[in-house]
Amino acid sequence: MSDHATALAPRAEKLPPPTAHQFDDAIQQHDASGLGMWVFLVTEILFFGGLFTIYTVYRSLYPHAFGHASSTLDLTLGTTNTAVLIGSSLTMALAVHTAQVSRNGRLIALFLCATMLLGGVFLGIKAVEYAQKFHEHHVPGPYFHWEGGDPQHVELYFSLYFVMTGLHALHMVIGEGVLTVLAIMALRGRFGPSYFTPVELTGLYWHFVDIIWIFLFPLLYLVERHS
Amino acid sequence: MTTHPGTAAHDMPHGDEAVGHVVPLPIYFAVFVTLLVFTGVTATVAFADLGRFNIFVALTIAVIKASLVLLYFMHLRYSSRLTLLFVGIAFFWLGTMIALTMSDVVSRGWFGAAGLG
Repeated sequence: MSDHATALAPRAEKLPPPTAHQFDDAIQQHDASGLGMWVFLVTEILFFGGLFTIYTVYRSLYPHAFGHASSTLDLTLGTTNTAVLIGSSLTMALAVHTAQVSRNGRLIALFLCATMLLGGVFLGIKAVEYAQKFHEHHVPGPYFHWEGGDPQHVELYFSLYFVMTGLHALHMVIGEGVLTVLAIMALRGRFGPSYFTPVELTGLYWHFVDIIWIFLFPLLYLVERHS
Repeated sequence: MTTHPGTAAHDMPHGDEAVGHVVPLPIYFAVFVTLLVFTGVTATVAFADLGRFNIFVALTIAVIKASLVLLYFMHLRYSSRLTLLFVGIAFFWLGTMIALTMSDVVSRGWFGAAGLG
């Protein structure tokens, strides 16, 4: 096994990568990378924030239409998906942790693959939910159909539902692609305690996507369950 | 596993110095379990009729969950003040956007201006 692991880690001897000349040391370089990722996440927070603002405005104007539309969502699937995504955040955190304390590329890759798997489960469940909505004709557009009252504003809710969850799902798909590259890099022995920046920054991204879902879940699924 | 990155790197090649703060594993697992519990709580309490407080309970739980992810999974608790400043600015402007927009939406019609309901 150790022979095989060595074969998978031909670049280990080249570590650590040199500190770029504009930085005093590796620690400053590491902190600067983290700050740069956060600048990107700040733009992402405000990007999703626009949608959350629209949601707040229309929910305040049409609370009952939003409540009735929200109650048609499958709460079991939604809650399961929340748990699955939290689980993927844990495995992502464990991948970062492993890279921080060891040079065990296989274990890092294992945690990254677990994260991808859980992310895939989330997207699969989301696809099932979307299919249900298509069958029920709850997708906004010419085939939208609503038996209850105020169909116009119910359709508005579903527009926000598909845009917000769709944009969230797009972020997850991008995350899956980045994780694939990371897993390959990990197997090649690229990461260890002195250099794990790509794993850490992807972790920040993945956890951010998790946080978006933490707010989407109550706002979309739990509007008016008590009535 | 150790909280001291320096000691974790003792078996690394010379010059391979650790950077960044290592969060102890029990903290990760505790945060994970707490997040799952809060997910169950928010899904359950949504069925209780709390009137206008349903939304406040749901959002409070969401904010607690997001804070746990930010502080521990995203290491904000161990980050530099500069990073905290940037994150704080994001939420400041997010709050500004929502508050100013809602101040318009909510106050329409307060003064009976022509053309507004």
